[in-house]
Amino acid sequence: MSKEIIKIEDLKREFTMGNETVHALKGISFSIKEGEFVTIMGSSGSGKSTLLNILGCLDQPTSGTYEIDGLKVKDLDKNALATIRNEKIGFIFQSYNLLARTSALENVELPLLYNSKVSTEERRERAIKALKKVGLADRMQHTPSQLSGGQQQRVAIARSLVNNPVMILADEATGNLDTRTSYEIMSLFQELNKQGITITFVTHEPDIASFSNRTIILKDGNIIKDNLNAKIQSAATELASLPIEDH
Amino acid sequence: MRLLNLFKIAFKAIILNKMRTLLTMLGIIIGVASVIAMLAIGEGSKDSIRSTISSMGSNMITIRPGADMRGGVRQERSVMESLTLNDYKAIKQQADLLTYITPVVNGGGQVINGSNNWPSTIYGVNPDYLNIKMIDLQSGSMFTDAEVQSASKVVLIGQTVVDNVFPDGEDPVGKMIRFNSIPFKVIGVLEEKGENTFGQDQDDVVIAPYTTVQKRILAIDHLNQVIASAISEEDAPDAVTQVSEILRSQHKLTDNQDDDFNVRSMEELISTFSATSEMLTILLVAVAGISLLIGGIGIMNIMYVSVKERTKEIGLRMAVGGKGSDILMQFLIEAILISITGGLLGVILGLGSTVFIEKFLHWPTNVALYSIIISFAVCAVTGIFFGWYPARKAAALDPITALRYE
Repeated sequence: MSKEIIKIEDLKREFTMGNETVHALKGISFSIKEGEFVTIMGSSGSGKSTLLNILGCLDQPTSGTYEIDGLKVKDLDKNALATIRNEKIGFIFQSYNLLARTSALENVELPLLYNSKVSTEERRERAIKALKKVGLADRMQHTPSQLSGGQQQRVAIARSLVNNPVMILADEATGNLDTRTSYEIMSLFQELNKQGITITFVTHEPDIASFSNRTIILKDGNIIKDNLNAKIQSAATELASLPIEDH
Repeated sequence: MRLLNLFKIAFKAIILNKMRTLLTMLGIIIGVASVIAMLAIGEGSKDSIRSTISSMGSNMITIRPGADMRGGVRQERSVMESLTLNDYKAIKQQADLLTYITPVVNGGGQVINGSNNWPSTIYGVNPDYLNIKMIDLQSGSMFTDAEVQSASKVVLIGQTVVDNVFPDGEDPVGKMIRFNSIPFKVIGVLEEKGENTFGQDQDDVVIAPYTTVQKRILAIDHLNQVIASAISEEDAPDAVTQVSEILRSQHKLTDNQDDDFNVRSMEELISTFSATSEMLTILLVAVAGISLLIGGIGIMNIMYVSVKERTKEIGLRMAVGGKGSDILMQFLIEAILISITGGLLGVILGLGSTVFIEKFLHWPTNVALYSIIISFAVCAVTGIFFGWYPARKAAALDPITALRYE
């Protein structure tokens, strides 16, 4: 029985806009175990982004409990949340969010700059290791403008790995990429997942979901489907079957 | 450790925006440099006034006839004949706070030696004059009290007069010259003193016994002024009071009558001139201070824009674990680094321009250490003060909104 990384019970999130109260999440419960690759799907307005913000400790639920790695998140203050984000979660965004005019290596080092337990030497070492893991060992001194979209997303993935998080949280991580590059990135995710890294991937593309081993579908603030994938596609195989591009 | 990292982050941001940073710094640089240079000029001119006045004898006391009324009309000082030889004698006898005292009568005229002539001023004095005015002799000797008694036709001349009436470089001592067609024997040459701060040539003088000048040149029996020196600089104010009392009783003035004379110590003169130059300094520094303030506003402006421009970056930093306080410190350090670097460059520029002013404009300058400390401190405070608001704004951003900001 593997450890539960995420445990959510009867989670509600309400926003007050003027006199109206919007129920973005209407009491959802689920948990994610260590080593899982979960995709969260849903159309816009389904509460997907709200759930992502809460999972990423960027926002607090109105009621219900949220535990990450055995830590109750509710009632923690802003600084404690920042520490959790720093030590437990690796973020990947749709638009990469790399620092411009800053080398890949320094971009990857960024989360560790906010962790005073990591020394300068260790920081560098871990950043290099993470970049090697995503296959960018020869691009470490390149700035984002010198890298392709796929390479930039790899840098972002390296950045999410560098603090050894308990979970990687990806928000439409392939949304800005073409099919081929998307598959490359997905195959990288699958590889990382095989090494035991827990991944939660928010997307609205069904083919991306087919690469994960579990899919949760949200609609109007409720979970309407939560099932394990019977037939997990291999992104590497899919990639090989794509027509070869002319260069 | 964490602070060191924030320092690195802030430093990196500055390096990435070299041009913008430099332009921001410019305000601070110019502000600090001008504060230092202006204060140096102010201090320099104050020092120079002080040294000019003390080279004239810092414990000197000047007694002149005062403004008087004749039939309701105020008279010019030079036409007053209220200061007499008797006044001089009374002061000399009664005032015990004075060391030297001399009557002074003076008038303009032409110094003639053969075909050379030069317009100058003759001062009729007694031998104490050189001690009061602290004038040394280059050659020859001062006339004696006996020569004063006998109204001898002897003179001492300053270097400017020597240069103009003895252009061939011959020794003037022992030669005869004429002042307003009256022949005088030159018995000494005064040591060169140069111009004073007020632009007066102190070497364009002829000195003769006051008796001679009174009788043979001006044909008067009153005095233009009496100058004396107090025992010390500290005694000068008391000596002024003492002399005033002697003169009031000498002139038989009743309690409700104003003085018909004027007694002044050099100290008063110094403070008068110092006050003028001080006011000028304050004015200059105020202008420089305003430019420093504008420099500070420039920093705030840039930091504000920088926060806006980097909203998404701030969101990212927060997402990967940056606390509000980290973001605050990052921007604050950035602002302080800009202002301190600007301040340092300003100090260098200020010192450089001071040297330039001294060397090429020949204005006296004196860099006061306090001006460097003050302007530098103002700079650091400016950085904190004007950096705080934008930094605070950055730290208060909500990471979710910041991340989605386009």
